[in-house]
Amino acid sequence: MIDYFLTEEEQMIKELARKIAEEKIIPKREYYDETQEFPWDIVKVMAESDLFRIFIPEEYEGLGGGVMALTLAVEELSRGCAGIALAFAGTALGTFPIILFGNEEQKKKYLPRVASGEVVAFALTEADAGSDAGNIKTRAIKDGDHYVLNGTKQFITNGGEAGIYVVIALTNPEKGARGASAFIVEKGTPGFSFGKKENKLGIRASATRELIFQDCRVPAENLLGKEGMGFIIAMKTFDYSRPGVAAQALGIAQAAIEEAARYAKQRVQFGVPIANFQAIQHMLADMAMKLEAARALTYQVARNIDKGNTKIAKESAMVKCLASDVAMEAALNAVQIFGGYGYMKEYPVEKLLRDAKITQIYEGTNQIMRNIIASQLLKEVR
Amino acid sequence: MNIVVCIKQVPDTQDVKMDPERGTLIREGVKSIVNPFDLYAIEEGLRIKERMGKGRVVVMTMGPPQAEDALREAIAMGADHGILISDRAFAGADTLATSYTLAKSIEKLGSPWIIICGKQAMDGDTAQVGPELATWLNFPQITYVSKIIDMGDDRIKVERLTDYGYDIVESSLPCVITVNKEINEPRLPSLRGMMKAKKFKAEVWDSSSVEVDRRYIGLDGSPTRVVSIFAPPVKKGGEKYHGEPDELARHIARKLEEIKII
Repeated sequence: MIDYFLTEEEQMIKELARKIAEEKIIPKREYYDETQEFPWDIVKVMAESDLFRIFIPEEYEGLGGGVMALTLAVEELSRGCAGIALAFAGTALGTFPIILFGNEEQKKKYLPRVASGEVVAFALTEADAGSDAGNIKTRAIKDGDHYVLNGTKQFITNGGEAGIYVVIALTNPEKGARGASAFIVEKGTPGFSFGKKENKLGIRASATRELIFQDCRVPAENLLGKEGMGFIIAMKTFDYSRPGVAAQALGIAQAAIEEAARYAKQRVQFGVPIANFQAIQHMLADMAMKLEAARALTYQVARNIDKGNTKIAKESAMVKCLASDVAMEAALNAVQIFGGYGYMKEYPVEKLLRDAKITQIYEGTNQIMRNIIASQLLKEVR
Repeated sequence: MNIVVCIKQVPDTQDVKMDPERGTLIREGVKSIVNPFDLYAIEEGLRIKERMGKGRVVVMTMGPPQAEDALREAIAMGADHGILISDRAFAGADTLATSYTLAKSIEKLGSPWIIICGKQAMDGDTAQVGPELATWLNFPQITYVSKIIDMGDDRIKVERLTDYGYDIVESSLPCVITVNKEINEPRLPSLRGMMKAKKFKAEVWDSSSVEVDRRYIGLDGSPTRVVSIFAPPVKKGGEKYHGEPDELARHIARKLEEIKII
């Protein structure tokens, strides 16, 4: 095993997250995958174990652990179930805008609630604004000391379950993306309701839902940063949250390798365990190499962010893209090594394959990730 | 008021093996864990404190210095304090000497509100320490508690699981209860608890700090003598027969007659 020189605290976080995965998540993942219920009992365990505190600054009842701590936790939880882990990782995504751009009152009001386990959601995507996030249509019109929100957000992780939502809406449509602003909206605000809950291929324990705003009056003090900063807030948030998606992918890939290797040692064909065959060994070797490379890069970028490096758009895109591609390949190979059994729901690898796919799509498709990487690279090289 | 939880560090029997020659447990390289039943006792202690909004959860264990790790686990779950009762003079204790030593330690600690034990330890499986502890202390005892129905400053009402069903029992406090796995679901440690546990140093009590009559502690205080320990012989695999169905049926019938089953 490579020593990543984790601090004592990081080691504790990793151990605790693994314990939660082993004892609470793995025994119930099949149930949640089947039913698509939201795993509230496991979210409660995570909250009671202080997991929601790790990425919250200490002055707001957190443990001040940062992106590295978050990465370690998400990786271990996702090794158990990427869908269940997303209740946690999605909360971090929704909380970063408040940590990064919230004023003192907003931080004081919301961060301790997250620290004690309130689920949060981040809402940018709309029906016609996926990769083209600048094309959002949700409006926010100032009316006295309120903003009035109208529009529909789509595919929102933790939608319906979260108590706190960070919503990107246009305050000045003429300016396009530069006319977007970010708002904190609480569940239960009049005019804020939930639409269709999606029925998904993977991460089925995670709730993905529409948010509907109909003349929803949000207090003006819930504006994050200033008017027009919405898109910057969203992009900066992704810089911080993408290592979390990478971590989710690392967890899936780790599980795929462990399952495949264990199975290869047990499964006998032609009179010997299939692990004796070089064809299988080379697949496992490739999976292991790529996973470790992705992990090393992810940890290094996470540490860079925690050290205060702010020029991280390219690097965050790299880890998200690399780790998710590695997870997809590892899950595919795991199913292949399991052969016919791998295709069956009685074995855990078909779920890994279904879960892995989303990591190549959400928080920016891997095509958009490559655009970000290349455009930054071309700027850097003269 | 002290909510005292008595716990034991045991070898993780999932990977424990016997030395067939010497008839003893091979302890080298075997992980030590908190006796699983005791986790339920710790959890119930914490729940009493949370429900009643008062009390101090004090975890006690008798054992070698490394038993401090068991206390540390309880601290990580949220226990307020841990006491390690450790001395070479306590070594070799059977359940009677152990319960005597624990009883004397609880007397030293003072102001017990309730004393909680797991129903039994998974290494010895005697289920004796809890009841003996109550006897030494001259406290009431309720074993196999599956639910605390009601609790006040000086009364407790519980449900206990027996072979014939449930008993509802009331007792004065302080008393000793032993709990089974039906009573709750033990929590995982919290990060803040783990950080506290990392720094935790157990208060260590030895045979001079606890007021004991030396005739009742350690090997001398233990009437039980283990004559020998052995693992039950492993069942051998059966015999395999190959052949035509008719022939096999006759063969099996003959065998069954031989061993007088038919």
